[in-house]
Amino acid sequence: MVNSAASIHDLRQTAWNAAAQVVDPEIPVLTIADLGVLRDVTVTDEGVEVAITPTYSGCPAMNMIALEIELALAREGIRNSKVRTVLSPAWTTDWMTEHGRQKLKDYGIAPPQAGSGRRALFGEQQVACPQCGSIDTEVLSEFGSTSCKALWRCRSCREPFDYFKCH
Amino acid sequence: MTTASIKVAESPLVLYALRRADDALILGHRVSEWCGHAPMLEEDMALANIGLDLIGQARELYTYAAKVENAGNDEDKFAYLRDVRQYRNLLLVEQPNGDFARTIARQFFYSAFADPYWRAMMKSADATLAAIAAKSEKESAYHLRHTSEWMIRLGDGTDESHRRAQVAIDDLWSFSGELFHVDASDVELIVGGVAVDPEALRAGWMDTVSSVLAQATLTLPANNWMQKGGRTGHHSEHLGHLLSELQSMQRTFPNATW
Repeated sequence: MVNSAASIHDLRQTAWNAAAQVVDPEIPVLTIADLGVLRDVTVTDEGVEVAITPTYSGCPAMNMIALEIELALAREGIRNSKVRTVLSPAWTTDWMTEHGRQKLKDYGIAPPQAGSGRRALFGEQQVACPQCGSIDTEVLSEFGSTSCKALWRCRSCREPFDYFKCH
Repeated sequence: MTTASIKVAESPLVLYALRRADDALILGHRVSEWCGHAPMLEEDMALANIGLDLIGQARELYTYAAKVENAGNDEDKFAYLRDVRQYRNLLLVEQPNGDFARTIARQFFYSAFADPYWRAMMKSADATLAAIAAKSEKESAYHLRHTSEWMIRLGDGTDESHRRAQVAIDDLWSFSGELFHVDASDVELIVGGVAVDPEALRAGWMDTVSSVLAQATLTLPANNWMQKGGRTGHHSEHLGHLLSELQSMQRTFPNATW
């Protein structure tokens, strides 16, 4: 069967919408579309191929995200799907959508500052407390509960909080 | 029952990727041995995170080596089904954890090299290595910063932490020279712009190490005799013990999956 251009377009859109709903298992308020981890969806002769990119090399969520994508596509009736990991161009926090940043903040995680760079990676920018909004904050540990987060504390409200590392 | 080790056709590019993959896997494994045992919770998480980054880098490099070799091997076979003499990692990374100071000093020597190394490799003529480098560079920068702070805190800390940090530096120093190892297999890759000539990174590495150790009130050993052998499969006795643990499942239950 030869797919028409229109049906290929529809299939791609259906697959994209399904994949875009998959959430990061470690930060379940963010979808992989919010994160910028969902890179591309292509329709091939064999089926649908979804390209994703890791935030960190060793991010253990990637295997689970790939599985969730295949399940999400299967629920839309797309059985022949494949998830491919692409490394280039490397993911940066700038790929996170504005909507995603707001959701992260509402969840209690300080979002990465826009404009990634080596200074930002080391938190040499002001990080606002996601609880009270104060910028009087300090780093407690540069490594947090997941690869992508660091542990901070607010000096105003004294609450510790996670900061999504900027890179 | 045991599973025979795989054979690897070590073309220059395969060997190059395997050497870096082995460094990352073995160091990542060593660091992961601290999980649940580090001196404090934050450091337990930090070391586990560093280990995770390194094992992630190893997976990407093994996967690429397997693709280039194109002989049916994959990341798992490279990790689980090669014997000690087939491993190509630096002697530095297989050295036992020892105390916390030794673990930090080992990571510091390695990260002080890895950070500028991966940054330079981002310009590699090989697109996959350049892409792996772009991720690894940010991770290595983070590891270098973390271990530099610890070197200073330990060296310029109490008498006991200073003594332990100095012993660690003295004991590990002779393994640092191998970071700059180059052989005939590497030369064509360097000439072709695929690999970086580590000699170009030596002065920068020395600057980083000297400056951090000076702040830490620690001294570099005067002895410049360096150990080597890991890159050609001649390892210290420690690697075999590490592999016996790392590979025990696949060696005991060949092809087991879960």
